[in-house]
Amino acid sequence: MEYKVSLGPQHPALHEAVSLRMTLDGEVIRDADLKLGYSHRGIEKLAEERSYIQNIYLTERICGICSHSHTTCFTQGVEQLMELVPARRGLFIRTLIAELERVHSHLLWLGVAGQEAGFESFFMYTWRDREVVLDILEWISGNRVHYAMNIFGGVRRDIDELQRKKILDSLDLLKKRTDYYLNLAASEPTFVGRLAGVGKLSREDAIALCAVGPTLRASGIASDVRKDDPYAVYGEIPFEVATADSCDVLGRAVVRVKELISSYAMIEFLLKNLPEGPFKVKAPRKVKPNEVYSRYEAPRGENVHYIKSNGSDKPERLKVRAPTLANYPATIAMLKKGFIADIPLIFAAIDPCICCAERLVQLDDARRGDSRVLSFSQLRSMANERAKKIDFKKRKIAWPF
Amino acid sequence: MIERLVHWSRVKSPWVLHLNAGGGCNGCDIEILAALMPRFDLERFGVQLKGTPRHADVMICTGAITLQNRDRVLRIYEQVPDPKFVVAAGACAMAGCVYRGSYHTLVGIDQLLPVNAYVPGCPFRPAALIDAVVKLLNSVK
Repeated sequence: MEYKVSLGPQHPALHEAVSLRMTLDGEVIRDADLKLGYSHRGIEKLAEERSYIQNIYLTERICGICSHSHTTCFTQGVEQLMELVPARRGLFIRTLIAELERVHSHLLWLGVAGQEAGFESFFMYTWRDREVVLDILEWISGNRVHYAMNIFGGVRRDIDELQRKKILDSLDLLKKRTDYYLNLAASEPTFVGRLAGVGKLSREDAIALCAVGPTLRASGIASDVRKDDPYAVYGEIPFEVATADSCDVLGRAVVRVKELISSYAMIEFLLKNLPEGPFKVKAPRKVKPNEVYSRYEAPRGENVHYIKSNGSDKPERLKVRAPTLANYPATIAMLKKGFIADIPLIFAAIDPCICCAERLVQLDDARRGDSRVLSFSQLRSMANERAKKIDFKKRKIAWPF
Repeated sequence: MIERLVHWSRVKSPWVLHLNAGGGCNGCDIEILAALMPRFDLERFGVQLKGTPRHADVMICTGAITLQNRDRVLRIYEQVPDPKFVVAAGACAMAGCVYRGSYHTLVGIDQLLPVNAYVPGCPFRPAALIDAVVKLLNSVK
């Protein structure tokens, strides 16, 4: 017999508000549907009201884990619009922060995966090591989560000799710990047994469903924006794109641990080859009318910002496509034919960042070809109308006992 | 006697529900988890993170409330048994942060729920959350 189960928006396995509706046959998932919009904040609309400089801080708050990804993606797009060449030292520091962010994000994910697999001490281990990276980031930028390092034309703060030495020292510790995790992820039988074969996504499906990031690379496709379309100074850094062929959650864990190791090498390379010179150049206030499409490899996959300028100091349109949104169709495919107990693990394996992916989509009428532009007040009244329709009193649930 | 025992256990070991009200950037959620991890270790004050609102004494809310999430937040608040305490953690939960003026978020948790403690910062440091929880427990004593 088939029956329906809903999971979320408030659920212990999910740290953010998202709702899953599943059709089950016994313990096997036959069909799954995602319901989004709980974290929609209207960032794209807010961005149109603010100047480019204010928007750096707004885009930073799209996501709290990959905050540097969104600002870099936005900043390098606007720099292209401004026809501004950023300072070379600034670009190195920007890349350094990006790699440090990848390290902290992957360590965070490893811990969450360990917790979902029932391996609590692994969770504690990785989060303890993550504090080392956060200390480095705090030492460079003054902040643990929102670094606010990017400005147009470079970065906000420089790195001195003492900081460089401290980062290199901390890296030794992190390398040792990561080797231990790689060993653990590859050889601990209970951990391997829990992750192997769960959430299969074949190579063909991964391409057809447009998966990105470690989810795609774990299906054996070496696709990485850092290699395919190098931005910042990635063209000069030697590194290999990490892949795995097992197409399951274990493969995604292995890809992330391999990326951690390659990130350490990249950080070392960046620190040793840090060029002398200014770390920022002066940027103009206004931007010529143009449009740009900016790509960035965030820890979760390809992050895309589309920016359209109209000659003023505010963007006319900002479109954000975060990696989690691109991975949703693949997640649904992975959930199908899976077991109900594997839901948190499969869902965690794409490293979901719900608030990254909450964008509004306005569908146009394809037959009539109507295209509507909604003003801010119209959107506000639409949202209010929708909220008014919810009858709070009717929803009161009686205590069953 | 039993009342005193209940009060004592409530102050000594408050159970916490972590509620993401929607309109945040999840930076605060990560910092709450970091506060429970070995380095900051909020659990030494007896605080334990719980999955369900029915087990919780203290609700730690992060993020501005989105309109779609509003009735759910209310429902979760009703499910927490009395006496309940709400901590508004982070700048979004206090006053909306950068999302102030958006068409889909409320400006702060206190527009919907009574709040007992505020933790400022975008995001706050784990130490600030520990300070807030300890101050809240002292005021309950």
